[in-house]
Amino acid sequence: MKNESALKDWTLIILFAAVVLTMPIWLKPLGANYPDLMQKFAIFGLFAIGFNILFGLTGYLSFGHAAFLGIGSYTAVWSFKLLTMNVLPAVIFAVVMAGIFAFLIGFVSLRRSGIYFSILTLAFAEMSFNMAYSVLTPITNGETGLQLSLKDPRILDNFQGEGIPITNLFGVKMSGMPGFYFCAAILIIGFFLSVRITRSPFGMMLRAIKSNQTRMAYTGFNTRPYLVWAFVISGMYAGMAGALMAVTDPLAGAERMQWTASGEVVLMTILGGAGTLIGPLIGAGIIKYFENIFSAFNEQTLNEVFGALPDTLQNIVVKIAGLFVGEGWHLLLGLMFLIVIIFLPGGIMEGFRRLGKLFRLSGRSA
Amino acid sequence: MDTIILQVLNGIDKGAAYALIALGLTLVFGTLGVVNFAHGALFMLGAFTAVTLRELLTLSKKVKDESVTFFDAYKEIPYLEIYLGDFGTAIVDYAVPLSILIAIPFMLLVGLVMERGLIRHFYKRPHADQILVTFGLALVLQEIVKKFYGANPIPQAAPDIVAGSANIGAWIGMADSMVYPWWRLIYLAFALAVIFAVFAFLRFTTFGMVVRAGMQDRETVSLLGIDIERRFTIVFGIAAVVAGLAGLMYTPISPPNYHMGMDFLVLSFVVVVVGGMGSLPGAVLAGFLLGILQSFASLNEVKSILPGIDQIIIFLVAVVVLLVRPRGLMGRKGIMED
Amino acid sequence: MSDTKKTNNVWSRRDILKAGAATGVIAGAPTIFTGRAYGADYLNAPKGSTVTLGFNVPQSGPYADEGADELRAYKLAVKHLNGEGDGGMMNTFKPSALKGNGILGKKVEFVTGDTQTKSDAARASAKRMIEKDGVVMVTGGSSSGVAVAVQGLCQEAGVIFMAGLTHSNDTTGKDRKRNGFRHFFNAYMSGAALAPVLEANYGTGRNAYHLTADYNWGWTQEESLKNSTEAIGWNTVEAVRTPLKEQDFSQYIAPVLNTDADTLILNHYGGNMINSLTQAVSFGLRDKVVNGKDFVIVVPLYSRLMAQGAGENVKGIFGSTNWHWSLSDEGSQAFVKSFGQEYGFPPSQAAHTTYCQTLLYADACERAGTFEPCGVVAALEGHKFDGLGNGPTEYRAEDHQCFKDVLVVKGKENPSSQFDVLEVVEVTPRAQVEYDATDAAFGGAEASLGPCNNGV
Repeated sequence: MKNESALKDWTLIILFAAVVLTMPIWLKPLGANYPDLMQKFAIFGLFAIGFNILFGLTGYLSFGHAAFLGIGSYTAVWSFKLLTMNVLPAVIFAVVMAGIFAFLIGFVSLRRSGIYFSILTLAFAEMSFNMAYSVLTPITNGETGLQLSLKDPRILDNFQGEGIPITNLFGVKMSGMPGFYFCAAILIIGFFLSVRITRSPFGMMLRAIKSNQTRMAYTGFNTRPYLVWAFVISGMYAGMAGALMAVTDPLAGAERMQWTASGEVVLMTILGGAGTLIGPLIGAGIIKYFENIFSAFNEQTLNEVFGALPDTLQNIVVKIAGLFVGEGWHLLLGLMFLIVIIFLPGGIMEGFRRLGKLFRLSGRSA
Repeated sequence: MDTIILQVLNGIDKGAAYALIALGLTLVFGTLGVVNFAHGALFMLGAFTAVTLRELLTLSKKVKDESVTFFDAYKEIPYLEIYLGDFGTAIVDYAVPLSILIAIPFMLLVGLVMERGLIRHFYKRPHADQILVTFGLALVLQEIVKKFYGANPIPQAAPDIVAGSANIGAWIGMADSMVYPWWRLIYLAFALAVIFAVFAFLRFTTFGMVVRAGMQDRETVSLLGIDIERRFTIVFGIAAVVAGLAGLMYTPISPPNYHMGMDFLVLSFVVVVVGGMGSLPGAVLAGFLLGILQSFASLNEVKSILPGIDQIIIFLVAVVVLLVRPRGLMGRKGIMED
Repeated sequence: MSDTKKTNNVWSRRDILKAGAATGVIAGAPTIFTGRAYGADYLNAPKGSTVTLGFNVPQSGPYADEGADELRAYKLAVKHLNGEGDGGMMNTFKPSALKGNGILGKKVEFVTGDTQTKSDAARASAKRMIEKDGVVMVTGGSSSGVAVAVQGLCQEAGVIFMAGLTHSNDTTGKDRKRNGFRHFFNAYMSGAALAPVLEANYGTGRNAYHLTADYNWGWTQEESLKNSTEAIGWNTVEAVRTPLKEQDFSQYIAPVLNTDADTLILNHYGGNMINSLTQAVSFGLRDKVVNGKDFVIVVPLYSRLMAQGAGENVKGIFGSTNWHWSLSDEGSQAFVKSFGQEYGFPPSQAAHTTYCQTLLYADACERAGTFEPCGVVAALEGHKFDGLGNGPTEYRAEDHQCFKDVLVVKGKENPSSQFDVLEVVEVTPRAQVEYDATDAAFGGAEASLGPCNNGV
């Protein structure tokens, strides 16, 4: 029995790795196979997976996870500025730093549960954002964001280029496609870990907390250390995602910590399906796809898309479609949220489950 | 001294505004238990009923500006002024208060449709689903308003007679420099009146009692043969009206744009939760507390000691309150704690 | 000019390919580099008969209307460059190498994107344009944070960035980049242009109280205004920072009443400015008399859209702007006419600066005979031109800032039409707003453009 489920997990992970690594091929028809967007898919997928460890397993809804994303980014960029352009130290420091902050914020916030917990995390994140944008400008460079400059010391590098150097992993450039494969590798590792965590006794414990915390407390069992660990782990995932953003594009801005950014990962997770392994990733992919592809449609591109139609019809279709793309892409996003959640309680994964059931049923009848 | 009195007044005024803005959310979120991310959008819709009424009232005869030949520039004279003269001008001048008359039925309709068509099906769904559906709805409502009115703020002047400021200093026999805008005083009085009305309605009417009983135990109330669902619908409608009125009355203070709801959303949630879930007086108290502390944190004397304190004061207070009092200021046990 | 030799990036394409192979990354390898042409000596060299430009503007968020106006201007510029329409400012622009047959004979096409007025979103959008759509130039933006972020990206990637609406000193100051150019004016220029007008209208010896948006742009603006007003004998009573996300400024305005300040300077932009001005007026500040002087409010950076948002409250209030549609020079008239006929209303200053930037880029390509970024940089550096609505203008080689006359405007008391909200009070000549490229407010002697980057 146990072996069987372990085998299933390994199949899942290998399948997952294959799907992620072949993104450049199967995203091509969707017009999304360029490095930046694929990096974003991987990075926000990682962020959402980590968020799901807390929210999906324990039910604790953090509304301030973007703070760790920001802390990860700032740490990574400072590592590039002070130490070296090698991404390894940057990534390690970022995860550690995010973990420390997650421990501090989690330790305090987890004294409360439910909505009170959510608002505590929101408050910490908004404080971080406001400070980073203004008074902490010497550390964060405020509005314009922390960037690399020609004058950075970079004490471990004897890098003598003329322009600003590029992030690298022992000589391999980390922007463009190699950057994507680096992000993809970390995403696969992150996914692997999340599967292990979910299946572990620790994961069982978290789910037990979700199903009935009061009863567990009555048995004299202290749930808080488990919750704090879950919070720290998901904070470290966020820190890693933040570091990867800096690795592929060495800039860290305060907006990354704003409540809208925290809200985004909440939406990604719910849209895909909270508590499922793959759901958050799908949610992240869809939201990033909408943001990057549909926002870029304009009249010109629409006319190309609907070029096959007769002229009058084409004009009408382009006019109507134009309401939902380009400057109207938020309308499309909002409608998509409504439709998905009205028809698929629990998110997109529910849709797959139903499809699966349908196939099994038809298989049986045949 | 003058500054301090003025800042206290400022804080009270801000507090009343925060309480009013959060009031609609308290009803839906604290009372019906729906995480309503569309609350900000309702606030924004209310503000835009004022904009719409003014547009209608100022439907204008357009006199072409002949000096411009490249595009059509018009000097606009509202028909109301042409036909009704000074009386017409006066009507346009009172567009904001007049729009209350339109906003009440309109927002009630919006609230009822929203509850019947959408929210009703989500009472028993997880909070996560409620977040996504209300956020999606908020995006859609915003985009619709943006389509019609653009993204730029649209100025809404208060009636001329209250456009300036009141000389409070003279009233209480102090310095002349103590002035306060009339419209803010009106907002303060309006907020207190609405808060009191909603409070009394829930407290002292049979309707209110049934609703409160239904919140405690929906099934038992239903068994008594009372249609609790219908009453919840009405509560939602009231919440929408209150949110809309808060937005409408705010337009002379801050010109509305399609995005304004999102800017007030976080604040509303903080006020409700700091006040404590399910407690109306708690939300009002939290509004005043946050307003007054924010006013003082913004004083330069305070900022020179604690740089940037005004940036974070609201959230800092929220953290402190929630750590000292587990369910906010006056929260009831068991609401939204899991 | 001086530093236009190509960057010798340590990581050449060959290295990347080797590295890619070495890490065993094979899946999809054939498609990896299709966006970048082999053998070309610069990134995204246009093949075929078209060239693609990237228009990166805010389409959602508070500045969506400004973004929409920028996009209108871009489309108009593309039309004119391709020889359609009446040609607009192409007829008045001189010296001009533009032929009305696209750029270098290639038809101009464009892609659009939404910056959301957020650095991350703006960079993601610009990257899409560079990596997927193969643009040779990115332009747009309506805030300094976004401009600096996208400028940095274009420098690293190796395409030209023509900044849209960005007013912070930093864009061509401490964050200046060889591949980036700004036509718009800046905070320093606003201060320098305003001071003489303020002196003439309000006299010397005033007490100024600043309310400043608490972030980078606000600070540079405050510093510039402080310096230039103190130079005409004004005293700075207090400079108070206000949070960016603030909607209600009453707690910052009320304390002004109890000081001996007789002037309020609002270093705010967009929604901040509309709210703070509306609220300051409602506090009766403009009816006050302090020490025998009428209390006045100054808004250093104006735009017509902001003025419309603040409504009646802007009447009689001084500020500066980059350009205004009521200007009567030949170039402005041609542009307003062309834009007005196309869209039915006059262009904003954001539309004007983006239109100019597109024409300037196209002209530089024609003169350089190539789209190669380093060639374009060389053609733009130190370039002098006229006929784009701001009088004689120069792209200074040292910092890529345009130097031209600055407009001081005032909210109009009796507008004749719905677009007629600002009136030009004075055109401050270029000489008065000029500064040294190594000025301390602009990063000092350390600030450097760095080398230009062709992206290969």
